[in-house]
Amino acid sequence: MVTRVDGMRLLAAGVGGDVVPARAQMATTLGFHIILACLGIALPTVVLLAEFIGLRRHDETAFRLAQRWSQGMAVLIAVGAVTGTVLSFEMGLLWPGLMRRYGAVLGFPFGVEGLFFFLEAIFAGIYLWGWRRLPGWTHWWSGVPIAVSGILGAMSVIAVNSWMNQPGGFTQRGGRIVSINPWQVYFNRAAIYEMPHMILAAYMVTGFLVAGVYAAGILRGRQDRYHYTGFALGFVPAAVLTPFQIFVGDTAARAIAHGQPVKFASMEYVPRTSRHVPEWLGGAYVNGHIYGGVKIPYLDSLLAGFGPGTKVIGWEIVPAAYRPPVVWLIHLCFDVMVTLAFLLLLAGLWALYEWWRRRRLPPQRPFWWAGAVSGVAAVVAMECGWVVTEVGRQPWVVYQLQTTAAAATTNGGVITSLSIIIGVYAVLGTATILILRMMARRWRRTDAVEAAVPYGPNPAPQDLTEGEVGR
Amino acid sequence: MAADVVGGILLAGITLYAVLGGADFGGGLWDLLAGTTARGRAPRALIDESITPVWEANHVWLVFDLVIFWTAFPHAFAAVMTTLALPLWLALAGIVLRGAGFAFRKEITRPSLQRAAGATFAFSSLLTPFFMGTVIGAIATGAVPAVASHARLAAWTSPTALLAGFLFVATCGYLAAVYLTGEAGRRGDRRLQAYFTYRAQAAAIVAGALSLATLAELRNANPALYARLTGRALPLVITAGVCGLAVVVLLAAGRRGPGWPSLTRVIAALGVAAVVWGWGVAQYPVLLPGTPVTLANAGAPPATMVAIIAIFIAAVLLVGPSFALLFSLQSRRLLGAGEQGALTAATPAGRPRRPSPNGHPGPTARSATLGMIAIAVIRRLRHH
Repeated sequence: MVTRVDGMRLLAAGVGGDVVPARAQMATTLGFHIILACLGIALPTVVLLAEFIGLRRHDETAFRLAQRWSQGMAVLIAVGAVTGTVLSFEMGLLWPGLMRRYGAVLGFPFGVEGLFFFLEAIFAGIYLWGWRRLPGWTHWWSGVPIAVSGILGAMSVIAVNSWMNQPGGFTQRGGRIVSINPWQVYFNRAAIYEMPHMILAAYMVTGFLVAGVYAAGILRGRQDRYHYTGFALGFVPAAVLTPFQIFVGDTAARAIAHGQPVKFASMEYVPRTSRHVPEWLGGAYVNGHIYGGVKIPYLDSLLAGFGPGTKVIGWEIVPAAYRPPVVWLIHLCFDVMVTLAFLLLLAGLWALYEWWRRRRLPPQRPFWWAGAVSGVAAVVAMECGWVVTEVGRQPWVVYQLQTTAAAATTNGGVITSLSIIIGVYAVLGTATILILRMMARRWRRTDAVEAAVPYGPNPAPQDLTEGEVGR
Repeated sequence: MAADVVGGILLAGITLYAVLGGADFGGGLWDLLAGTTARGRAPRALIDESITPVWEANHVWLVFDLVIFWTAFPHAFAAVMTTLALPLWLALAGIVLRGAGFAFRKEITRPSLQRAAGATFAFSSLLTPFFMGTVIGAIATGAVPAVASHARLAAWTSPTALLAGFLFVATCGYLAAVYLTGEAGRRGDRRLQAYFTYRAQAAAIVAGALSLATLAELRNANPALYARLTGRALPLVITAGVCGLAVVVLLAAGRRGPGWPSLTRVIAALGVAAVVWGWGVAQYPVLLPGTPVTLANAGAPPATMVAIIAIFIAAVLLVGPSFALLFSLQSRRLLGAGEQGALTAATPAGRPRRPSPNGHPGPTARSATLGMIAIAVIRRLRHH
């Protein structure tokens, strides 16, 4: 499969040119957008859950949370929509070689994604701006298509990424695609584990981020029903999904050992193909030595094939030019992701134990500290996972078919666009967070006013539009 | 054959982006020109309320068009993206800043920051149409080679391309002003109706003049395309001109009364669609003028084309009724523009409707809404 031509082109292009800045720019924009994408996929479900409880049980706290979250969602969806568009443009502006050669193949899942992006945007327009104007349950149902198309759209985008890891479903002759099988492109060999892995990640990131906001409030002494409800609505779904995510991730790692052995070897520090392979926890691989890691004998073979004698392929099966560039980064990111997943699992088990014994959430402050940082931890774990899958595939953009260097733009000036993008995204990210905090402060003021005069006269007309009077 | 159908789909997608997404950018133009905070409050509030629930959905047409372009005609796509990288980056900057500025403005309460976000939204609304115009202008003049390895500044700075850029800005402003006139009329706000009528007529004249100038310039830049625009595409060119004149007349007639806002809106959109299709018909079957690249020989394999056609049919069936629902809810003023921003506080129009006094929708309100949704869907389906 590896053609000599590609090898020559790779050597000719080397690491010079604009490949490195182009990769850095793609990493920056994708790394930023993926957080918003997670929120776009899963936040509608969390908001709908809160609104459902609010409508079903006439629970004013849950209803108020749903309404406020959907205001935050409006900002997040807008930023997500524009940063997603940046990625669409970059497919052509940074990677014209990839699109020229494989656009006809990987365009199909993108087209399907376009459909769901439409439905998401249309029903977001109805749901986000239809509060209190559409009747209760009609409004709730108008949000369901957002949640469903979020999942289906994510599947379609992951179909493209997994296809790049395990390309198939097409025939090419003389460097031109002559036929494709859309079904095999969409449900390629890596899709089966990448799709659930990313969708679960989106739900975990969203749930823990929501929980983190309210855990931080509880740590600051805001121990009221509002904050506990907000925490639980995010924490419970995310914690319930965590063990499933660990199972899917474990299955994915084994599939990678089979389908992309060089990536797996980089994740686990396996230079030479052998049996009885040890597992390295941490450690930096520099010039053939591993510094400062913990070595557990046989564990890698056990994990890869359930027996200490399992043969694990090392990265030496391919020439140095076809191995990923920074092995230590891939390995450490993998370790960080797995460690954080288990810590999040522990936090969930802690809450489960307290609930089972005493029907309450843990009162200990360390639990709430864990809750407060759980969102950031989930984001870090997800970003690390993307580093593993993307850097681990290098030097290929389409595994064993096209190198990243061959796909990159031949235009100069990527350093310039990269610098501008970093500046713009820094402002965009900061502004988004500041605006969400500003909204939270405004809500707290409203709540303080309402709490101060429980039996006072009706609020002023302006408060009527801000509060949720009548619901 | 399949390539021709997909070419038509791509052109339909571009038309919808121009007619729907273009108007949202035009809203930014009028926001920019609305003057001081006090004077511009009413028009800005109307613009904000009209764009809020729909701009993201309208924006998806651009993403959809990009995807169809790279899937169906990957070689031509790579050539365009490489040659015209700079204007495309700038158009993209406009998209990012417009969307972020617009979304942020609503939630910011401090006036100075709100003004900054508003200025970002308004100014960047000019960037995207202008640079998209130069891109289309560059393609039409044959400045994109079949195989490109480097960006070319000259490709999109020709007089035709720059004129096309200004034409796009004027057209977006024209569409926005026509739509906003109707929106103000529906609210019974005669003052704003007159305000946008005046602007719609001015924009119509500017856009008309720029169209003629672009056409004249095209005579030198790409004589073959010019010959076809005045040849087989002439009926469409005439349609565009007639639609433009009709809109100006209808606006003048509707100045003192309710007018015919829906009719005016449809004719304005038809006029813009006629320009897009005039370009398409004139260029057919060539994809990149000045090169041997045509729809047929630049195309992806047949299976890909069939897949795109299937996706488009799915889009018509799924997305079409959803859009109809969104627009019908918006025109019934069942979608707000957020409750926090100072913008809506200044809205002159009436208070939002409330479902029922106790907040829990009665069976009447619920069945009325469901019925409305059903009617919108059925009407849309009968349309197709």
